[in-house]
Amino acid sequence: MKLPGLRALLLLSLITVMTGCARIEPWVKPYERENIADPIMSFERDPVADSYLHHVYDAREAARGADGASGGGCGCN
Amino acid sequence: MAAIRFLGLLMLCCSLGVQGNVLPDERIDIMYHGYDGGGASIDGPSILVRKNLGNSFSIAANYYVDMVSSASIDVEATASPYSEERTEYSFSTQYLHDRTSINLGYTKSTENDYDATNYSFGVSQTFFGDLSTLSMGVSYGDDLVGQNTDPAFEEELQRRRYNISFTQILTRSLIAAISYETASDEGFLNNPYRSVRYLDPTNGSYSYSYQKEIYPGTRNSDAAGLRAIYYLPYRAAIRADYRRYSDSWGIEASNYELRYTHPYSDQWLFEAKFRHYEQTAANFYSDLFPYRDAQNFMARDKELSPFNSNTLGLGVSYTLAPGSIPFFEKTTINLYWDRMRFDYEDFRDVRVSPNDYAPGQEPLYKLTADVVRLYFSFWY
Repeated sequence: MKLPGLRALLLLSLITVMTGCARIEPWVKPYERENIADPIMSFERDPVADSYLHHVYDAREAARGADGASGGGCGCN
Repeated sequence: MAAIRFLGLLMLCCSLGVQGNVLPDERIDIMYHGYDGGGASIDGPSILVRKNLGNSFSIAANYYVDMVSSASIDVEATASPYSEERTEYSFSTQYLHDRTSINLGYTKSTENDYDATNYSFGVSQTFFGDLSTLSMGVSYGDDLVGQNTDPAFEEELQRRRYNISFTQILTRSLIAAISYETASDEGFLNNPYRSVRYLDPTNGSYSYSYQKEIYPGTRNSDAAGLRAIYYLPYRAAIRADYRRYSDSWGIEASNYELRYTHPYSDQWLFEAKFRHYEQTAANFYSDLFPYRDAQNFMARDKELSPFNSNTLGLGVSYTLAPGSIPFFEKTTINLYWDRMRFDYEDFRDVRVSPNDYAPGQEPLYKLTADVVRLYFSFWY
């Protein structure tokens, strides 16, 4: 598999997970999450519209997966 | 007073899903979708209904239709324009227990020459003060491939996908997610109607002929993605997505996207985005093979050719005043438009006259498409 960015991404993930296990207190308190709670901070604000656009990309590009969409066959080969 | 504001903020966090796992919003979405480009026109409705059952269960159903009218370049070169319809039903349920949620999904897609069934299962867990979310999922697809011109033709295809993602609230204004997905397909993977072309000096002025595509029976792929949303110093957000992809057919791809979201007053929401995608070719792709049966595997599908595409998207959402529509807490009207431009680097436009261009010297194909999403969302 030739994915130069993949190792870096996995390493970053591992560090993040390990850091989470190292008794570091959560640094963003619940009362500090006003910005995060805003709907504009959602990765999938409108599920119907988002899944349709993923379908458009899947049907016209070879790449698939790891884009936030739930996997599955679209019957569009 | 400060305590009341604090409690209000906590409740807001809970209701919007950042305080650990919560059930999704109860809502109805009714969408018209349209794609128009490259001689193909595809449009239809999509309707989603989500409902909670008690405090632990959420169920959802989606009805989706693609009405296809196609005279694409593939069709113009080797076939006749056609119309068809694809109908898809999806059902899913989510069970929430403390900080864990479990999802089950079923999707059935039907068209006159292709049936697809997909089952999915996923688990999601929040921890670290609800700043972190780990999700894992698997899905299995079982497809039946048919062919209109040959009722006896029937082939099978199995699709398997495994994904894992980790989402982290990094600061009070930044959230990021990393994901990895591996996919494995086994069965009949090519399009039974599509052909490859090869040099054929005996075929009059064209000097080339066509034969059926032949694909391998398996395809394995890996994809890794990173995305983040940042809340700007004023009420607006900027989002960045990046993904790399590689598969056993030799295709390597990457894409990135930048998106800006800007609310205006309490009712308007504007969005602009730019997306770039590029890929290399499958190692058995060729626009023009040197002779008939030149290789064991042969493809001339432009989706397997080297190309890049750019997409520019604009969108607006309007929230109706509360109480405008009875029974609903909130209603929005949304219109999004995307213009996609594809530049193929080794897929030639064979619709030109053979008297003007030698085989393999035809102009490269380009395609521009407009994608429209018009939808109404109702929360209850």
